Amino acid sequence: MKEKNIIAKKEFNLKSFFFQWEWMLVLLFVVINIINTFLSPYYLDPKKLLDATMTFLDKAFIVLPMVFVIILADIDISVASTVALSAVVMAVSYNLGVPMALAIIICLLVGTLCGFLNGLLIVKFKELSAVIVTLSTMIIYRGIAYIILEDQASGKFPAWYKFLGWGYVGGIPFILIVFAVFAVVFGLLLHKTTFGRRVYAMGNNITASRFSGIQVDKIKVIVFTLTGFMSAVTALFLTSRMGSTRPNVASGYELDVIAMVVLGGISSTGGKGKLTGAIISIFLIGFLRYGLGLKNVPAQALLIIIGLLLIFAVMIPNLKFNFKKWGKVQKTS
Amino acid sequence: MAEKVLNKSFNSINIAKFRELGLLGFILLLSIMVQLRNSSFMTLENIDDMITNTAILSILSVGMMLVIVTRGIDLSIGATLALSGMISALTVKANPDLHPLFAILLGTLIGMACGALIGLVIAKTGVPPIIATLGMMNVFRGLTFMISGGKWVSAHQMSVSFKGIATSSIFGINTLIFIAIVIYVVFYYFINHTRTGRQIYAVGSNPESAKISGINNEKILCLVYTIMGALAGLAGVLWVSKFASAQGDTAMGFELNVIAACVLGGVNIAGGSGKISGIVLGALLLGILNNALPLINVSPFWQMAIQGGIILIAVITNALVKRSVDRNNLIWRKI
Repeated sequence: MKEKNIIAKKEFNLKSFFFQWEWMLVLLFVVINIINTFLSPYYLDPKKLLDATMTFLDKAFIVLPMVFVIILADIDISVASTVALSAVVMAVSYNLGVPMALAIIICLLVGTLCGFLNGLLIVKFKELSAVIVTLSTMIIYRGIAYIILEDQASGKFPAWYKFLGWGYVGGIPFILIVFAVFAVVFGLLLHKTTFGRRVYAMGNNITASRFSGIQVDKIKVIVFTLTGFMSAVTALFLTSRMGSTRPNVASGYELDVIAMVVLGGISSTGGKGKLTGAIISIFLIGFLRYGLGLKNVPAQALLIIIGLLLIFAVMIPNLKFNFKKWGKVQKTS
Repeated sequence: MAEKVLNKSFNSINIAKFRELGLLGFILLLSIMVQLRNSSFMTLENIDDMITNTAILSILSVGMMLVIVTRGIDLSIGATLALSGMISALTVKANPDLHPLFAILLGTLIGMACGALIGLVIAKTGVPPIIATLGMMNVFRGLTFMISGGKWVSAHQMSVSFKGIATSSIFGINTLIFIAIVIYVVFYYFINHTRTGRQIYAVGSNPESAKISGINNEKILCLVYTIMGALAGLAGVLWVSKFASAQGDTAMGFELNVIAACVLGGVNIAGGSGKISGIVLGALLLGILNNALPLINVSPFWQMAIQGGIILIAVITNALVKRSVDRNNLIWRKI
């Protein structure tokens, strides 16, 4: 009943509406930057702003595949644990004498495997929602990280590895360049390929998608595997920035990532949203954090702001939606 | 049609029974195995200790069960718990003569207000529960830090009577256990024998038909989250009293344990089913694991992975059992 309504609506105003939403995000982004500039004279310095991106872009890598996951109307809360596990495995294997390049590949493999396992479990046991599967794998992955490293930290990476998190290419942070490349790849994948269209179709109506010949299970596994892979990429950059890793690394990342995706206008009921929205909201939250940090606003106030932003981001379109539906009911009756 | 419905309810009862027996069997098996390894497990003292430690978890599971029954999830309870614990601890610090009962009441009211706010957001604006509670979790956690100024309220700042809440006993039973038992009895009656209680299940199993049959879905949703908040508030006071310290990061991540207890106890995450007896066992199993693993010299670093593994196995077993029952149903119906 409800789904029908959403689909019927889609033809009428969805396009114009999401056009608005992305513009609203841009507007919010500009407003935040203006406020920040007024608050702190040190804010509007291109070099510093570029440096600031290095501090928050590590988790942005997970945002990209998470957009796919949430468009599928699923959720993956195990990403932070995947980051921790792959980082820990990388650090431990390097310290056991594996060459760094190989350790990086191992890290990516571990992340991919974690994601693949999530996808496989979700596809094989359709009765279980993604929330519950990734909740348990979240505990398991983090638990394995603790088994491997106990309460120790592991690091002592070669000097060149630092380049990932701290290096520049032509004055632009390396991490920003890598992120831009991934963003373009994921943008093309989502908006320009049949794969992306199928993801949208599945998010709107998974049964209809299955009947129209989409390999639903395969796509789901691929999306979750991608999420695992990108979590490992995050692990690479995060570990490089921090210089060492611990089993409790990246805790709370899953919430940040989901908040960014949802703020970007990707509906958690699936099938709606654009990658650009999520990318804008990465920078929106990142610069908000950076600017308020310059003003010594405590991190706790930021928690509150981000929490409220998250709720309002979802609430406002819903209010509008309800209002329209209400108006329609009035008209027809 | 009527036959189909009857048939379905008959089988769901069977599944529930099977699940609970299975869980009980597993608990017994685990206890026996632990007992063989370490004979101090089954002593009265240890069991009392274990149940006291599980009391807060089981109080919260009741609320979480109601939330999950309505197809929701509440990730904010750890933060609600911390907020109400912190405020009541600060109040006690400022007025050491305060009667502990008042502190409990204050904490519960704060939790109730937090829960009502979440309930309103979810019911009135249609924000999905996971997003709303995720956001509110950040808000409450931030508030806790701001109210406390990042400082702890530690044991020497609390009055003896406040710390006494968790160590005192009523009728020879530890107060925490007593409160948990009272809550279980009250909620058993509430969800099985009152109209509102049954409406919660109706909303969970089919929101649309619940609405058509005249149930006010929004009211039920509000109610459920308010109850959850109130229980989290109560648990906050008990937690602070038990550990004799209130911190900004009290009970961080505890919501996952609570959800795990519910899932282990057979509460269907898709909504509509869940029993009090199930979550008692679920909470108890988690409590036993926490208590027994150190007793048999399992490294504390293994506990997390073991817990996660058991949750995963439990939900998968649940799914497989349900599948085979459904398949049997189909065969039975064909004949």
